[in-house]
Amino acid sequence: MNARVLDVSQLPPGAFGHRSLMWWGTFGLVLIEGTAFALAIGIYLYLWSHAPEWPPGHTAPPRLLWGTLNTVILLASAIPNQLTKKAAERVDLRGSQRWLLVSLAFGVAFNVVRVFEFPALNVKWNQDAYGSIVWLLLGLHTTHIVTDVIDSAVLAVLMLVGPIEERRFVDVAENSVYWYFVVLTWLPIYALLYWAPRIL
Amino acid sequence: MNDVRIEGDQYNDALRLKRTWADPTGVVGWFRHIDHKSIGRRYLLTAFIFFLLAGMLAALMRIQLARPDNTFLGPDLYNQIFTMHGTTMMFLFAVPVMQALGVYFVPLMVGARSIAFPRLVAFSYWMFLFGGIFLFVAFFLNAGPDVGWFSYPPLAEQLYAPTKRADIWAQLITFTEVAALAIAVAIITTAFKLRTPGMSLSRMPVFVWAQVVTSFMVIFAMPAIMVASTALILDRLVTTHFFDVEHGGDAPLWQHLFWFFAHPEVYIIFIPGTGLVSTIVSVSSRRPVFGYLAIVVSLAATAFMGFSLWVHHMFATGLPHLGEGFFTAASMMIAIPTGTQVFCWIATMWSGRLKITVPMLWVLGFFFIFIIGGMTGVMVGAVPFDLQAHDTFFVVAHFHYVLIGGAVFPLFAGLYHWMPKITGRMLSERLGTASFWLFFIGFNLTFFPMHILGFEGMPRRVYTYPAETGWGTLNLIASGGAVFLTFGVIVFLIDAIRSLRVGVAAGDNPWEAGTLEWATSSPPPPCNFVDPVTVASGEPLWEDPADRPIVVGLRNDVRDVLVTYVTDASPDHRIEFPEPSVWPLLTAIATSAFFIDSIFTPWAVVYFALPLFVAMTGWFWPKHPGETGTRVWPFRSRMLPKPNEPLPAGAVR
Repeated sequence: MNARVLDVSQLPPGAFGHRSLMWWGTFGLVLIEGTAFALAIGIYLYLWSHAPEWPPGHTAPPRLLWGTLNTVILLASAIPNQLTKKAAERVDLRGSQRWLLVSLAFGVAFNVVRVFEFPALNVKWNQDAYGSIVWLLLGLHTTHIVTDVIDSAVLAVLMLVGPIEERRFVDVAENSVYWYFVVLTWLPIYALLYWAPRIL
Repeated sequence: MNDVRIEGDQYNDALRLKRTWADPTGVVGWFRHIDHKSIGRRYLLTAFIFFLLAGMLAALMRIQLARPDNTFLGPDLYNQIFTMHGTTMMFLFAVPVMQALGVYFVPLMVGARSIAFPRLVAFSYWMFLFGGIFLFVAFFLNAGPDVGWFSYPPLAEQLYAPTKRADIWAQLITFTEVAALAIAVAIITTAFKLRTPGMSLSRMPVFVWAQVVTSFMVIFAMPAIMVASTALILDRLVTTHFFDVEHGGDAPLWQHLFWFFAHPEVYIIFIPGTGLVSTIVSVSSRRPVFGYLAIVVSLAATAFMGFSLWVHHMFATGLPHLGEGFFTAASMMIAIPTGTQVFCWIATMWSGRLKITVPMLWVLGFFFIFIIGGMTGVMVGAVPFDLQAHDTFFVVAHFHYVLIGGAVFPLFAGLYHWMPKITGRMLSERLGTASFWLFFIGFNLTFFPMHILGFEGMPRRVYTYPAETGWGTLNLIASGGAVFLTFGVIVFLIDAIRSLRVGVAAGDNPWEAGTLEWATSSPPPPCNFVDPVTVASGEPLWEDPADRPIVVGLRNDVRDVLVTYVTDASPDHRIEFPEPSVWPLLTAIATSAFFIDSIFTPWAVVYFALPLFVAMTGWFWPKHPGETGTRVWPFRSRMLPKPNEPLPAGAVR
């Protein structure tokens, strides 16, 4: 038998942030999805560079109201999101539950307003290539928002009804990181869809 | 834990550990496997079956082209066959087979008890399998894709491809990309967070580096084809106009997106191949590979440059000259890191005590064939030459030299090297040598004449040619070579089956190699290592003292895994891994149904939302909380460290 040993029995049963495997899984997903967003934005710019006018013909740029309102909601959601993350890192069950629910409310509100954003685009997906890419960009982001809200809802239910293991708090904290990603990807898309055709 | 234990206790510990980590048995249990070795074996075997199927399709093409004006295959079937051949080889064989080796060997090589996210890896396998079955069922129903493995619009648009064939291609891509991306994330996390204590990044085996670099390439390249194939399906299904010139779309946009993925794809296949070559050259030369750092930097440099070459597939589309010049220069530059690796291998062999084994024979074959492929690559990288050779058999010859040379030869080398670890039995030296020479001679007979056919102007993707062209003789030689190639593969199969039945027992380390996969039994136990070892060098079995410390204190009644820091692999925390589960399979079934139905109706998104939700929630929801030792709320004191809190003194002894 080997006399020299490295005893790891006293190590903690998990860790937050980049030390955890969950962070690396989320990081991988963020890289994948981030690349997909970047490419979709690339398609938008590519098609624009090949078009004589943008938006083509007599199409008006998307109406500002709903998109701008949604941007405000999404930016504001960063506050409960951060508080959720902090509560999870404190291993504070009540705080995690409360802020998860508040964050969820913001997510649901965003999705409701998103329903009004599509008609405000002033173009259908099958009108021309401009319409196609505008719908693709908005659709791609909507897919992320919808799935992340559902995923957060499942997590919230688990944190409410239990059974709750200590490592779930790592899941809650990393879930907040992914929400930040969804918030951050919206900003260039918002600028591109709503403002670029007006300004450039 | 430091007290002296008697032998009987140790035996019981090992038995307990095995029971904790073992996959369930029986028919139902088979669908719940999550052990990376079990999934890795399935992945390897399935990918190899697709290799054989795609090889049979190639044989049909060689029969058709063996003589002029042949009527063995009609043009419609021929189109399906060359599309199926390329698609299968690239998406269902080359990428998955390399990832399969990663799934099996990366955890073993870094001394981990499991791959990270084992259920995700199981899900990946099911997606891969269902995607492949979907493609071949479509083919046998005469709905095989027929617009080439690159599926260019406008040919692939609804107007020119009105049946579902092009959609089946586009959705197969989605299946395989989901599978590949899942594995990429698992491999990166395993290599960065599950290395055994002492294995700093600078001691990580070259093959693991190759897998990490490949995984990052997968992550950045594959979203391009997912976005592109989704846009293509949308064009075809709900009349968007991404690639439709009449409505402001752009057909070359597809080519940009496709090659932004598909050029890196070549390196996704080739980089693990070079990792295999480094491994086998080192073991056969009985020394650590020469220029470890140079090789690792070359792998990363190849990956970076691999993303700036895609336009060299599009020289014939009429791009601006400046762009063409840039991409020619970039294409030439890739020779620098590849050349660096070749010189490092030569230096390793030169300064070591080289022993020619069967794996080494395949590596030498790789050198010969890949270097020829690299040289013709420099030729087609130059725009004026490319415009002459474009769409001729010269290009077919070039990329088969690169891909079979760069990936299939190293793969066979890897199989001869590692199958003893997987099965516990050696392959035959004699049959292996015979298989190599049949394959090597057959390969050159088949593909070398294609260079000349290309010069003579024979175009790719034509189902026949008239006798007056004079291309008959060289085509006949090529078809004859394919017979040799086929026998090479058959001899390998005989060898593999013979080895399973009567092969010599391999023992732990038949090649006397230095890396950790050889520090456990062949095949390894379910927990990989009964006593995880720590390491103090890059080749622990060669350079470390025999009494290196072992890791103790991991529980044997739950799937307890040690997580370490990224750079120096010092112990960080422990985490309990999930148990076998049927949910990855159920999720894969729901996802597959969703993917397949979405070829026919956009409402699939709605119909399949519920089953997907149920499957994924079932996967996530904890089944036996607390029963396996994790504390359940309420608990008074926290055990999780605060973010960035250092480990308390004495946490590791």
